Amino acid sequence: MPITVTHQNGAVTAALSGEIDHHGAKTMMDELGELIATRLPKHLVLDLSGVTFMDSSGIAVLLRALREMNRLGGSLRVTAIPAQARRVLDAAGVGRLITLD
Amino acid sequence: MKSELLDQAVITFSSRSSNEGFARAAAACFAARLDPTLDELADVKTAVSEAVTNAIVHAYPDRLGKVTMRLRLYAGSVMEVQIRDTGVGIPDVEQAKTPLYTTGSEERSGMGFTIMESFMDMLKVRSAVGKGTTVTMRKRFSRRHGATG
Repeated sequence: MPITVTHQNGAVTAALSGEIDHHGAKTMMDELGELIATRLPKHLVLDLSGVTFMDSSGIAVLLRALREMNRLGGSLRVTAIPAQARRVLDAAGVGRLITLD
Repeated sequence: MKSELLDQAVITFSSRSSNEGFARAAAACFAARLDPTLDELADVKTAVSEAVTNAIVHAYPDRLGKVTMRLRLYAGSVMEVQIRDTGVGIPDVEQAKTPLYTTGSEERSGMGFTIMESFMDMLKVRSAVGKGTTVTMRKRFSRRHGATG
């Protein structure tokens, strides 16, 4: 589940890929946490276009990124959400907390 | 919903997190015989992932145990998935099903049962402390031309 990072005008985009389940969530959380701590982005965009499967563990990954961005006073946006991941996020009402494009 | 049992498969695996992907792939593969839509297949995979993860994370907090997945296909395009463990059990099932409630670590969101409920047509949770938990879920697939059952 590699994370590809691009940087532009103070916004950092992290493209997540592969299957996000409990098995891989902890590693992904830690990698995202390190990315946020080292780059201190004003805006973080998580691009989910490469995510082939996501369960509620993915929600925990997004909520932790949100907490860390809130602590920095920055913003978080989630884009290019595949249909399966979108259904999981909608069922959990995540759109009330995080901007989902 | 009593109808003819067309086929069944029972798989027992150890409660390692690496088996989460195996369990949902196996369930999807078996479900494919009823010719579900891609969305229906994704729903089954997601619900299985949640139930199996619960068993792996919560049932055996400090040891490896066994998780048994029973898959049944019924006439009328109905699939039943049962995930059973013989772990610690859930003291209060209603509380466990409450959205955002979790006793797990930070990589759990407390939304597992909510997702199982919204992705499947039926969810039943039976649990006894010290004996284990059985989660039974059922989903009826849309009848497509050429589907078995």
